[in-house]
Amino acid sequence: MPAIVSLKNIVKRYTRGKQSVEVLHALNLEIPQGEFLALMGPSGSGKTTLLNLIGGLDRPTEGEVSVAGQRIDRLSGGELARWRARHVGFVFQFYNLMPMLTAERNIELPLLLTSLSGAQRKKNVHAALEIVGLADRARHKPSELSGGQQQRVAIARALVADPTLLVCDEPTGDLDRATADEILGLLRTLNREQHKTVIVVTHDQKAADFASRQLHVDKGSLTEAVTPS
Amino acid sequence: MKFLPLLWSGLWRKRTRTVFTLLSIIVAFVLFGMLQGVNAVFNNALNASAVDRLNVVSRISFTESLPFGYLSQIESVPGVAGVAYQSWFGTYYQDPKNFVFSFPLDPARFFALYPELHLSKDALAALVRTRTGAVVGRELAKKYGWKVGDRVPLHSVIWTQANGSSDWQFDIVGIYDAPLDPNQAGSFFFNYSYFDEARSFSKGTVGWYIVKVKDPKQAMQVAAAIDKRFANSSDETKTQTEKEFAQSFIKQQGDISFIVTAILGAVFFTLLFLTGNTMMQSVRERVPELAVLKTLGFTDFAVVVLILAEALVLTLFAALIGLGIAAATFPALKSIIGEARLPADVVTLGMAMAVLLALCTGLPPAWRTTRLNIIDALAGR
Repeated sequence: MPAIVSLKNIVKRYTRGKQSVEVLHALNLEIPQGEFLALMGPSGSGKTTLLNLIGGLDRPTEGEVSVAGQRIDRLSGGELARWRARHVGFVFQFYNLMPMLTAERNIELPLLLTSLSGAQRKKNVHAALEIVGLADRARHKPSELSGGQQQRVAIARALVADPTLLVCDEPTGDLDRATADEILGLLRTLNREQHKTVIVVTHDQKAADFASRQLHVDKGSLTEAVTPS
Repeated sequence: MKFLPLLWSGLWRKRTRTVFTLLSIIVAFVLFGMLQGVNAVFNNALNASAVDRLNVVSRISFTESLPFGYLSQIESVPGVAGVAYQSWFGTYYQDPKNFVFSFPLDPARFFALYPELHLSKDALAALVRTRTGAVVGRELAKKYGWKVGDRVPLHSVIWTQANGSSDWQFDIVGIYDAPLDPNQAGSFFFNYSYFDEARSFSKGTVGWYIVKVKDPKQAMQVAAAIDKRFANSSDETKTQTEKEFAQSFIKQQGDISFIVTAILGAVFFTLLFLTGNTMMQSVRERVPELAVLKTLGFTDFAVVVLILAEALVLTLFAALIGLGIAAATFPALKSIIGEARLPADVVTLGMAMAVLLALCTGLPPAWRTTRLNIIDALAGR
């Protein structure tokens, strides 16, 4: 499969006060289209920084980030925002849903940036709700849903605009084992049946085992690659 | 429209705070509507004053009378096209609450100087030949259900008759109209001769003279010439344009424009801080949510517009309610200011103030979101 994500010689430095800290060191990575990749590593290893670069939330200090052939490290702030809207679906550890909006209104958010009609948006939202198995919870607010259900809503929001990538930062970090397995199973289904490229950051080996490839990030470098058994 | 639920959810995130802010803005705009409305009514009345008419009053006070003998002397001043005279009668109908603007005058002279007031020739003739005759404005006639042929008693709070009575009887002989400004059709005019013969004191005097000048550009020179003619006499005069006269009359009640501006200035200054604080708090509480919106692809500009739209919806909605309440209450002021409708330019100015308020209170927090770092905000830093 051709690489949908390509990172070349990526260096990322942060300035904390007067100190400059290099988080990623000359990192190279290629992610084929349709892959389910798990990025593992201890806290502070740079895995979330790497995910933010792939998702266009941050820019590298040096190096190139290309997604679907486009150099996103060269885009301006506004262009990057529009690119994210078209190409990336995000899933966070703490769901990050809008507390005052119902599930369907939360899922609709990325579609507000498209030219779709109200009816088309509604249709897509309900299709996404069907996929995550929450069609009967459309009118519920996040506070009326369990943690697992909220994460399903977040996944529906991530995939409703049919993005190129699904980028998930510790998506099961706030869930019990059984619910976490349900969520990871859902992500695997999306990867296998809808051919979504899924990139998951986790420090949980059991969560990483759902992926088709695992990479370890340690001290800012990709140090180890393990194929799950 | 598609952003409305998102906008609404931002506003109603803290219901109590939003409701109280809304109420504060509503109260401010009720005040604005009422005070600015009264101010506008006075200003409109001033602007309606003719530029070719002068008012001659006593230099001491416009409540002091002038000798009737001044009439021919004023007529002889170069540049004068016509002269009329009248007095303040100060009356009410049946109840002191029913105040009536009534004036004794010379009918032929007066209506010749006021072409904007339409009275039929027959009615004018009837007024001249009927000693106790009176003509009333259509608005006033409508208010009390008066019609031609009615005998109307008015009680004067100033003038008593020679027999000691303050009650004066009049026979309505005509109704006049003011097509350009119906509010001017609210007065009661009757014969000066009846008034002067029947009153118990100050006979042979008039309240003030009205002078029409041949050339409005020469109005100031004519005014100066009139005052010069009566200088060093026992009844010195002060001649002003009709607009200046109306202004000085209104200023007897205080400088309304200044008072209104001062009160509204204080109200809106306070409101600026109150609404600004609400918007600031509202945005600060939603930093993670705004970061999520940016993550999903909302540009800095879109987020700024969203926050400004929230401020606009809040202030415009409150302003509409506030001005609506002011408009509904305004008819109650009719007996005091003679106008029952909140002027449209006050509503327009009010809505413009609401937009300005929204921009002043919404822009600072909205601008802050452009400096929001998504990663730091999502990490709660």
